[in-house]
Amino acid sequence: MGKKSFRPSGKLFTAIFASISILIVFFIFIFVIIQGIPIFNRVDVSNVFGLVWRPASDTPSFGILPLIYGSLIITGIALAISIPLGLFGAIYISEISNPRIGAILKPMIEILSSIPSVVYGFFGLLVLVPFIKSTFGLPVGETALTAGIVLAIMVLPTILSIAEDSISSVPREYKEASLALGATRWKTIRSITLPAAATGITVGIILGFGRAVGETIAVMMVSGGSPIITGSIFSPARTMPQTIAAEMGEVAFGSTHYNALFFIGVMLFIITFILSSAASKLLKSSGEKK
Amino acid sequence: MKNAKASQTFGFLTARVAIIIILAILGYFIAYLVWNGAGIISWEFITQPPTQGMTEGGIFPAIVGTLLLIVMALAIALPLGLMSAIYLVEYASKESRLMGWVNSAVYNLNGVPSIVFGLFGLAFFVKFLGFGTCLLSAALTLTIMILPTIIMTSVEALKTVPNSFREGSMAMGATKWQTIWKIVVPASFPGITTGSILAVGRAAGETAPILFTGAVYYMKGLPSSIFEPVMALPYHLFVLATEHSNISAVRPIQFGTALVLITLVLSFALVAALIRNHYRKKRKW
Repeated sequence: MGKKSFRPSGKLFTAIFASISILIVFFIFIFVIIQGIPIFNRVDVSNVFGLVWRPASDTPSFGILPLIYGSLIITGIALAISIPLGLFGAIYISEISNPRIGAILKPMIEILSSIPSVVYGFFGLLVLVPFIKSTFGLPVGETALTAGIVLAIMVLPTILSIAEDSISSVPREYKEASLALGATRWKTIRSITLPAAATGITVGIILGFGRAVGETIAVMMVSGGSPIITGSIFSPARTMPQTIAAEMGEVAFGSTHYNALFFIGVMLFIITFILSSAASKLLKSSGEKK
Repeated sequence: MKNAKASQTFGFLTARVAIIIILAILGYFIAYLVWNGAGIISWEFITQPPTQGMTEGGIFPAIVGTLLLIVMALAIALPLGLMSAIYLVEYASKESRLMGWVNSAVYNLNGVPSIVFGLFGLAFFVKFLGFGTCLLSAALTLTIMILPTIIMTSVEALKTVPNSFREGSMAMGATKWQTIWKIVVPASFPGITTGSILAVGRAAGETAPILFTGAVYYMKGLPSSIFEPVMALPYHLFVLATEHSNISAVRPIQFGTALVLITLVLSFALVAALIRNHYRKKRKW
């Protein structure tokens, strides 16, 4: 009997592991925030939200706006390409093609999502950079457009796959009712199927956006890396994650520059948080409707 | 009516063009890498270290380095993640506020860009704990990166086990712990395994988290302890393609490395898919 009372309780045992995991998760958030926020004690707010990112100069400037601009323009280009391609591709697979062909096409396209980002960067560097350079007669091929196209290929499977799932989960009765009323197949897709699948499609786009905005290595290899707001897709740009990757190797531990890089990390947290809350809200509300 | 017909023709055409563009990109991408990389791959390439300033020899240390990194990361993340998931699904009360917090924290961490983990790893493991740039720091960084995925997929897998399994086992006199280990975990094995394999496949291909935490460009041999840095496939490709002093001379090695890396990562994805299909067919509930 005495021996039995020493038997470890499964609840306690697993609770210890769960606490460790939870602590790690919270610790990462808190650590990054604690290292990032002191930037405001060291330089002015107007400096942090300024237009010039020049952290290593004698009169350093930590303006994050050019980096936000870089992230937005590159992600914007990526989505402008991948949303129409992904959406029409999903419509083709779920509504137009022979289902057997669709069943082969979808996993084939999903292969793209497991290929490492460094390989995309490599491909972009060798194929797209010279192509963009010669097609548009530019001095360099490393531009926001190049990075946007590479990212478009990377997020395409996410958008297509989730859009396809939600389009094909629209109940058949909806489509049959519309067809029975004399609507063409295309009219049915446009007016019935797509609106019914809108939530899922939006979630896919949000997840694609999240993936694009956080991508580092592939962008770093093809974007040119200048933190300048030019307003042109044909000039080099620099994203937030790219800045962390490019500069964290040389930064002095505890310096202002170090805080600035962590502050970019905080910004990325905020973006991630907004995107995942939006996605989970959408999913929840659509779940309640059904 | 004519209009509707014309708009259908146009809509279908657009969708067909879209799928053709997608397949053309996919086909060109894969063909380009295989075409240029296949000739490089040889027994020597995968079993020999680099020589002559990387321009000759193989990538053996990078292959082993990547395997070491993911094995270590999984060895820590899997027990930690699985035990946490067991607690969350089998013991914790579902309505507690803590559960809600944990869920959203794990869910959010899962979407955090991998470079943020790299930054955290550099500041915390390399500098603050003083491990230095080494295998351990890089593996720990990958561990915390895949931990949310492992927890989430394990939670999902445990949830799919029907309650009747648990009730049946308990009714036979088994303790809760026995029920979990002998019934629930084995029944959710396919889900946990596929989730882990996919997480590991992602970790194997990541460059950003190991960039400054443990990967190096060149090492004479394999690391002799966890406090030595390692070579890794994604980092190797990154450096050869962007920083090598003679980038075009090492082009063949770049293609070979890319192809080996893709093969490795895709074989993880394939194994995961096979396991899932195998058990889905066998599953009776």
